[in-house]
Order: sequence, then structure tokens, then C-alpha cells
Amino acid sequence: MSKILIRGAKVLGGEPQDVLIDGETIAEVGTGLSAEGAQVVEADGKVLLPGLVDLHTHLREPGREDSETVLTGTRAAASGGYTAVFAMANTFPVADTAGVVEQVYRLGQEHGYCDVQPIGAVTVGLEGKKLAELGAMHESAAGVTVFSDDGKCVDDAVIMRRALEYVKAFGGVVAQHAQEPRLTEGAQMNEGIVSAELGLGGWPAVAEESIIARDVLLAEHVDSRVHICHLSTAGSVEIVRWAKSRGIDVTAEVTPHHLLLTDEMVRTYNPVYKVNPPLRTERDVLALREALADGTIDIVATDHAPHPHEDKDCEWAAAAMGMVGLETALSVVQETMVDTGLLDWAGVADRMSFRPAHIGQATGHGRPVSAGEPANLTLVDTEYRGQVDPAGFASRSRNTPYQGRELPGRVTHTWLRGKATLVDGKLT
Amino acid sequence: MQRHLISAADLTRDDAVLILDTAEEMARVADRPIKKLPTLRGRTIVNLFFEDSTRTRISFEAAEKRLSADVINFTAKGSSVSKGESLKDTAQTLEAMGVDAVVIRHGASGAPYRLANSGWIDAAVINAGDGTHQHPTQALLDAFTMRRRLVGRDAGLGRDLAGKHITIVGDILHSRVARSNVDLLHTLGAEVTLVAPPTLLPVGIETWPCEVSYDLDATLPKSDAVMMLRVQRERMNAAFFPTEREYSRRYGLDGDRMARMPEGSIVMHPGPMVRGMEITAEVADSDRCTAIEQVANGVSIRMAVLYLLLGGNEPAVTHTRTEEK
Amino acid sequence: MDTQANAQASDARPVLEGPDIARVLTRIAHEIVERAKGADDVVLLGIPTRGVFLAQRLAVKLEEITDRKMPVGSLDITMYRDDLRMHPPRALARTEIPGDGIDGRLVVLVDDVLFSGRTIRAALDALNDIGRPRAVQLAVLVDRGHRELPIRADYVGKNLPTSLRETVKVQLAEEDGRDTVLLGVKPAAPGERRK
Repeated sequence: MSKILIRGAKVLGGEPQDVLIDGETIAEVGTGLSAEGAQVVEADGKVLLPGLVDLHTHLREPGREDSETVLTGTRAAASGGYTAVFAMANTFPVADTAGVVEQVYRLGQEHGYCDVQPIGAVTVGLEGKKLAELGAMHESAAGVTVFSDDGKCVDDAVIMRRALEYVKAFGGVVAQHAQEPRLTEGAQMNEGIVSAELGLGGWPAVAEESIIARDVLLAEHVDSRVHICHLSTAGSVEIVRWAKSRGIDVTAEVTPHHLLLTDEMVRTYNPVYKVNPPLRTERDVLALREALADGTIDIVATDHAPHPHEDKDCEWAAAAMGMVGLETALSVVQETMVDTGLLDWAGVADRMSFRPAHIGQATGHGRPVSAGEPANLTLVDTEYRGQVDPAGFASRSRNTPYQGRELPGRVTHTWLRGKATLVDGKLT
Repeated sequence: MQRHLISAADLTRDDAVLILDTAEEMARVADRPIKKLPTLRGRTIVNLFFEDSTRTRISFEAAEKRLSADVINFTAKGSSVSKGESLKDTAQTLEAMGVDAVVIRHGASGAPYRLANSGWIDAAVINAGDGTHQHPTQALLDAFTMRRRLVGRDAGLGRDLAGKHITIVGDILHSRVARSNVDLLHTLGAEVTLVAPPTLLPVGIETWPCEVSYDLDATLPKSDAVMMLRVQRERMNAAFFPTEREYSRRYGLDGDRMARMPEGSIVMHPGPMVRGMEITAEVADSDRCTAIEQVANGVSIRMAVLYLLLGGNEPAVTHTRTEEK
Repeated sequence: MDTQANAQASDARPVLEGPDIARVLTRIAHEIVERAKGADDVVLLGIPTRGVFLAQRLAVKLEEITDRKMPVGSLDITMYRDDLRMHPPRALARTEIPGDGIDGRLVVLVDDVLFSGRTIRAALDALNDIGRPRAVQLAVLVDRGHRELPIRADYVGKNLPTSLRETVKVQLAEEDGRDTVLLGVKPAAPGERRK
């Protein structure tokens, strides 16, 4: 196996060090390491992070290969510095059986850009009525531990309770897409000042908060753990903060776009800003950043949701919801959290690698950058600033809200178990 | 420069007064033996209606024809063209046929804005009602009707509605007419009060430039004009109010209530009226009710808008809202 | 109506002053009575803006001469112009047809300056949509020549040979605070577009 010497990298943003990779593992971390027999990568002050882990990705395969495939999605992930992604279950067919999750898992292994850990559906067909075979999915080759009906809320309190109880048997976790369905019928955007003016159906914050409140209480009652997907409101932050203070085993994620964008963007009626949960207000954005900084929100997850051009090149109401995010996530986090002083790079490693790997039990990911650990690494040029150009995306879709926006940071190298998947910003 | 009319909020006070003044002159054409002007000869306008609205379409069509424009009517019925691609494709198809302006009615809020700002077409876009967003020509014809009745036909020329108290009653939540009227009436200096049960007022209304009240009886004695909005019976099923009877008892306009309005005040309705729900027949048929006048004024206003947007080499109406990049 | 740029007051010289204008209007009034054989079916229609004031002044004089009420109105020709597409749309002026209409009557169109004739062409089109006069005649305060259409005036206050570089500006007390006709030279601004 080959050796790689990463020279002069700020490991987790610290003092420059050398990192020697031997085969699939990190052999040595220190200063003045010998380059003998190794291929040298001059980090030149770039920041070295553990490979990022995304707990919330839509890879679309099987079923919607026109918007993304496991191959294109994992290439996008590698471009964004990720070494593991959790693939959501809302494919066609739905990932609610061992067969589908194994297929997705194997495709990830074959392509080799990024580990793909399938998420299993909580209920059959995401219909919220009957539990899917959670145990079978867990025991499959895919080893599913995270279950979610994402895209839809497990709104039936009894089904949610049962799911929370059932996964305890094998240490699984239910990731809830918190959206009270009746309160969000016809919803098009955040309910508030802007929706009143634009005449678009409102998605009230309470529709998210009421489900989170219910679910943390259910988790407490049955002594299970629950994960909250894409938390988006200041009120949700308060509920999770309260639940954690009570000792409830709850974790929560926030998307990069909810850390940066507000519902004011919708005034353009450009569906590139249409997403679920919707973009909220400035007040929410600031509360989410603060909560991510203080640990109330555990992780950043992209909710990478590719859509073909025609599903966005239309009027608002007809457009699909979602944004691609894998290739811009780290830049948005740098912009909103690091450059604002809310989080240092060690904090970023924690929120985007250590903790998501821990929540999802992604073996070999989210490990410290030290000798003997798997060489899942990403190198970031944090001094870079540039405009987002979707034409250069590895994702099959281009539905980014950041087109033309200047953002900081650029991932230059990604290594998956010692194998470079991204070199000088180019996929291998 | 903007060449479109998407929202009443885009109009400055001077733009709005210019449109109203122009409409007064257009109205005189209706009194002539030949109700036609050669102004838009050779221009092609398509009425692109994705939502049924015979009244609005006929009003635009009459206005277009009186200005000698060539008119194409496109009515997209049913769900086959309700998908987004069709708006773009349909508009591009029509433009390929040499259309100068698109008058669009669409069930989706923002569809006219998208059409005007997405680079899909070059034609001017006039919003004839989009979802629950805006219906600017309706607001203009309402303001025109108010100015005529409350200020005077000739005395009103060059003037706005400063100091007039206007009350809008009914389903504000689902009403593009209410949104457009609040914007335009505020621009014209009127003081607007919205009256509705709390269920039919949008969350976020607190930033609108108007007052909000749940009490119709308290508002009537100081209203120079009361605009009754249609309340669809199906709203009952979604629990916006308990029964038709209770709605009309609390928010309907009947003869007794009308009697408490000031001397010279008017009752307006954008139509179609639901008699017995928001308005009784006695009120609807009274001299104070301007519903029929509003229809006639609609043609004059639309002629004015078409002339001012399409009559020259560039529009006479300036806009303040910035175009999408 | 002269649509040329306003002449600079400083380098413009008056060719008709207040008393001259009053005198030529009196003369035109007499000519109308003479040509129209008593003027008992005459309707005066001024073309906005200044043609309307001239028509009203002519009406007063005609009433003095004939001792009868003289129907007078205005005819806005904006919507009939042939150069609409070359400018932003203009605000409309009032068209006011006297109560008895124009059918079967002698309409005398009144304008301040006769130049290309295009305004009068538009006025004839506008009249056509309003009714069917027995005949149409034209009275102008100044005829400056340079016709682009086969149109001539029946009553002319003053024939004023001009070059195309010159401007003719009529000012009337009702609109401008004084009565005068100014002849000026168009400033040859660099890059100025020729009409």
C-alpha cells in the first residue's frame, strides 16, 4: 500500500502538523515527518478535518436517477469533503425492506467515492400506517441503524411510540421529519409576514414545534432516543434545549441553508428557494446558529435534495421542494459559524463528523485525526473565497440557492480509507 | 425598466393617479358612437387564463378591442396544463407567434412574476389575478370607482384618495383583491380597515399598512366606502367559521347596517356576490352599491393600463420593485 | 401644436405680440362668419393644449359678431397620433364635444401652429370616430410650412416661413401667463436626434 504525507496541515484548525497515511490508516501525526517513500501533499496551512459525515442525504436511486444516482451523489459528497453519507429512504421503491437498503449500500461500496449508509423507512411505503421490517433492515448487509420517513412525518402518535420502542431492541434511532400534516396542508413557505404579502400558503413554525414537543416526551416516556431532522425554528431550539436539560435522549440536526437563508428570499418567487421545512426568519436563523454553537443542535446535515431543472424552472406552487447541499455545506458552515466566531474548526469537526457518525453509528467515521485511526480525511482551503458555480457540480442536479453567491472555503482533498477521492479539487 | 404590471404595490402615487386620470378619458370613449381607438393597432395581446374567470377575461378583451389590439384568448382548462412546465412552454409558444403582451390569470401566487422575471419571454406581462397574491387592475378599478363617487368625476382628476376611510370586509386570507387594495389605497392616501373573523385574516398581517378589526358595527359609521368580499361557502368546511348564518349575522352587510354608514358613502363588491352570505339583496340592489359601476369602470381602467404600458415605445408607468437578477 | 423643443426665451424673438394675436383672431372670426354664411352651424373644436384656448377665444369673438351662443369643445388626438411608437405614452387630454354633437355641422378645428400636418391628420381620424360633420375646416394661429401631408388651413393668423432648424413657440395667457409667438433657433446640441 502507498504512503501519503500531508505536510503542514492545521489539524482541526490547530498548529500546522504533518500527517502520514499508510494504506488505509493514519500512521503518524507530528512535525517534521519523513517523506521517504511517500507521496507528498503540501497542505500549506490548509485545515485538515476528519472526513465529513452527512446524516441526511437524498441519493434518489432507485427511482429518480434523472436527478441523482448513488454514483453522482457520492461524487458530490467527496467533492464536498464527505466520506460517509446516510441515504434517505424516500426512493422508488421506498427503502422499507432489506432488499432495497442492501442494493443502495452495495452501490456505494462499488463506486468507492464515499460510504453510503442507507436509512430505512419507519413505515411501509412511508405511509405512516404500518411499521416496516426494521429488524430485518438492521440485520441486513446494510446494517441499518437510522430509520426515517423523511419527506413525511410519522404523525400518528401511536406508530411513533411503537417505532421508538421497537428500535431499542437493536440500538436504532428514529429520525423524525417534524411536520404536523394538517397544519401544513397547502403549505408553500414559512407562515409569517412574507407569506401574508406574497399570498403563499403558510407553513407555521408550530407545525414543527408541536411534533418535536410530542416526540421528545414520547422518547422520555418509552426511554428511547429520537433524532430531529432539519430543525428550523427558534421555538424548536427551545424545546430541544428543554428536553436535553431534562435528560431526554434527543439529538437534532440543522441544514446549512437554514443557517444562512431567510424567507425574504421567497419574494423572488424563484423556486430554488423552495424547501421543506421552509426558509424561516432572521430571528430563527440566529437562534439556530447559536444552538449549533452551544450544542443544543448536535450536527449539521445537508438534506441534499437534488431535483431536475424542469422541476424548478416553473411557478412556485408547481415546483419541487429541496436544495442540493453536499458541495456547499462546508462553505456555508464556514460563512455562518466559523467566520462569525461562533465555532472553531474543532467545533466544525465535531458537528459535521464526530457527532453525526456517533448518532448514525457509522463505524470508522468521525474518528480523531491520530495514529491508528482510519484515514478518512478532508483538506480545506479556508482562505479561499469564490462564487458558487453550479456548472462545476458533481451532482447530477443544479438546484442550489447559492448560484453566484460568494462563499468562503474550498475542499481540495478528500481521502476515504487512505484512497484519495478528491485531489486539488478534482474527483479521482 | 419594468414593462409589466404585477402588483399594486409596484405603483407609485403618481403612476396610480396617471392611470386613474387616463381611465377617465377612456371612459368617455364608451359614450361615443364608435367605441374604438386605433391606439394599439398592430399589437397582439394574449389573454392567458389558467383559471376560469369569464368576467375578468371579458373585461380585458373589451379593453383590448376598444384599443384595436389583436386579441388571442387562451383558456387552459383542467389539469393537463396545470403543471409548471406548461406555463413556460405555453408562454413561449405564444410569444413565438408574435405576442406583444400577456395578460395572465393563474391559480398559483407569483406565476405572473415568474413569467415576467425568469427570462422565459420578452413580452409585457399584466397580472389579471394570481392565486391569493395580487389583482392590480381590480384594485385600480376599485380606486377609480371610489374617486368618482367620493371625490368627483371631474373634481377627482389629478387627485388621490387622501383622508378617505375605506373598509374591506370578508375573507382577507384568501383574497388577492384585499391585498391589492390595501397596497394601492395606502399609496393613494386612504385609510384602510380590514374587518374579518380572525380565522380569515393571514398571520403576518400586522405589517400591512392598515388597521384590522373584528367588529364590523364599530367600523361602519366612519367608513366612506365598504367593500364586501365574497365568502365561499366551502370555507365553512375548513372550520374558518361555523355556519353561513353566523357569518352573515356577524360580518354580512344588511339594510340595518348600511343605514349606519355615513351620508354619501358607498358599498362595493368585486363580484360575484353571494347574496344572503356577505351581502343582502336589499344592499346589493341599492343605489349605494357600485358593483355594476365597478364592472364598467374595469374596462376603462384596463384600457388605461394597456395604453400606458403598450401605447408607446416604453411604458409611462414607473415601477419601484426591483427585478430579479 | 408645435412639438418641437421649446425655444430658449433668450435667443427667441417675438413675431406676434398680444395685440397682434387678438387682432388676427378677430379677423379669423370674421372670415369664419363670411365663409360659413353666418356660422349658424359652426362647432369650434380646439386641439389641446393651446388650440383649446384659441377656440374659446374665437368663440367669444364669434358670439360678439353673431350674437348667438357658439358651441366650442376640445378634441384630443393623442390616441390617433402616428408617432405613438416613437415616444413613451403621453398623458391624455380632454375630448369635450358640445352637447348637440357634430353630425351635419361645420366643424372648425383650431390649433396654434400648423407644421407637418400630422396632427390635423390625426384630428380628422378622431373626428371620424365621433360623428359625421357636414364639412371640416381648419383655423391656425401660425402656419410655418414644411407640410408632410396634403393638408392646408382655411384660416391662417400669420404665415411664417421658417427653416427646419427654427422653432415656433406659441404662448397664451391661459397657459403661459402671456400672449406671444416666439421664433427661435433649435440649439444644435451634440448627438441630438433629428425627429
